[in-house]
Amino acid sequence: MIHVENLTKYYHDFCAVDNFNLDVHKGEVLGMLGPNGAGKTTFLRMLTGFLKPTEGTIKVKEFSVASDALSIKKLMGYLPESAPLYKDMLAYDYLQYVAGIRGIGNDKIPSRIRYLSDLCGLSSMMHKPIGELSKGYKQRVGLAHAMMDDPEILVLDEPTSGLDPNQIVEIRDIIRQIGKEKTVILSTHILSEAEATCDRVVIIHKGKIAADDRTENLKAAGGQKNHLRLSILDADPEAVRKLLGNVEGVQQIEMTDQTEKMLSLKLSCESGTDIRRSVYLAVKETDWILTELTMETQTLESIFRQITLEN
Amino acid sequence: MKQVVQIFKKEFYAYFLSPIAYIVISIFLMVTGWFFFSTFFIYDLTSMRNYFSMMPIIFSFVAPAVTMRLFSEELNVGSYELLLTMPVSIRQVVLGKFLAGTIFMIVMLLPTISYPVTISFLGELDWGPVLGGYIGAFFLAGSYCAVGLFASSLTRNQIIAFIIGLAICFGLTMLSKILFFMPETLLGFLGYLGVDMHFANISKGIIDTRDLLYFVSVIFIGLYATHLSIEERC
Repeated sequence: MIHVENLTKYYHDFCAVDNFNLDVHKGEVLGMLGPNGAGKTTFLRMLTGFLKPTEGTIKVKEFSVASDALSIKKLMGYLPESAPLYKDMLAYDYLQYVAGIRGIGNDKIPSRIRYLSDLCGLSSMMHKPIGELSKGYKQRVGLAHAMMDDPEILVLDEPTSGLDPNQIVEIRDIIRQIGKEKTVILSTHILSEAEATCDRVVIIHKGKIAADDRTENLKAAGGQKNHLRLSILDADPEAVRKLLGNVEGVQQIEMTDQTEKMLSLKLSCESGTDIRRSVYLAVKETDWILTELTMETQTLESIFRQITLEN
Repeated sequence: MKQVVQIFKKEFYAYFLSPIAYIVISIFLMVTGWFFFSTFFIYDLTSMRNYFSMMPIIFSFVAPAVTMRLFSEELNVGSYELLLTMPVSIRQVVLGKFLAGTIFMIVMLLPTISYPVTISFLGELDWGPVLGGYIGAFFLAGSYCAVGLFASSLTRNQIIAFIIGLAICFGLTMLSKILFFMPETLLGFLGYLGVDMHFANISKGIIDTRDLLYFVSVIFIGLYATHLSIEERC
């Protein structure tokens, strides 16, 4: 669907995007992750035809950005970071204007706007000037703008920034809904968001693609160790350390919290092994009371930190 | 073409949504009306010539004020990112905004049609030069709007855009008035570059293709420069 080759962008002599090679398939929800200034926005801007690449090519379907930008723009809906909209216009007027530019027939515009305003939860705000809307509602107007023409590819630059937790969940639902049929590319620096919504994650660091894989593969590659978290009541720390130290597979014991009665620990073990059974059996022999026993698998966070803190 | 109309409509309505339109129109009507009619009865002539001879200098203030926000505001808010990622070409955007500015200025001129009508009751009015004057004013508005639009595409600050636009328009207006400082060999060339000669011809009622070509060239150069300046930002 989208084919990016040797894509490079320089701002004067600063290299914002360095030699990207990427293929995005139809129906994929792709998350671009990276610290601030990694080049996510620059990449998305080139993809949408807003910025011209210094070098390299982007092809969407059979169209090339360099020669056929208009056809690509027709296929794409784009929500820039912080949704820069005209402040004086009413939300309804704005969407009507967008619909006009996108060439939606006059008879279909009202029903399309009604559909989008319901989808994005905007109905009560349609007759307010955009400048008076809160950030979350502006973001929704931007989202409605992006989805106006029912585009095949949806490009969202930090779609949930500035939204409250309920709205974030709603927007993620919308994205997942759309992602079933459409191709979605979104950038974010919220890792849990990428985990929750994306099939595939690309981690960008200093303008380079540092990792590119399916979300679950990335998580698996994240670290060599698994952690086991447990809390025990009525136990003596020294005795616990001694007992659990002898359990097979435990590599390291770390006391994370200790109150008069309760003891919280974190056990490290090799990945692929499950020591829950042996730990439980060991504790069962004593008269301690086990209140928590959780296996922690790696999240994207560890691999993200690993990659982006390297140098 | 459809996109041009959409952008034109949006920009044109935007003038009337904010107070800009009403302020600019009323100041224009007051200033030109006062300057014209304060000497009208002294000259005792049923002619609009003095009225139209004010146009270049007045328009060089009004046109940049009308066009200053067209691109500057987009650059400032960042909304041109949304605009340029919709299926429109830069050419359509420039054309739509240019038409909005020019047609706004024509709307501004409409109330002044009451002047020749009033004057024609006072004596015999030659309608030829009046018609020529309006045609000239139309081309003049277009030329200065193209220049103002270019100024607006250069900066995200509306006041700077206004000052740059004013400087260029004022320069074009005054060029023929400072000709006597210039070396003799350049006189013809500089005289041709200035707006005055061409506008004076048209407002006398002489519609010469050379003069029209001059205005069309200014419009074309202004719009082309705007196009380049916006493209450069991408």
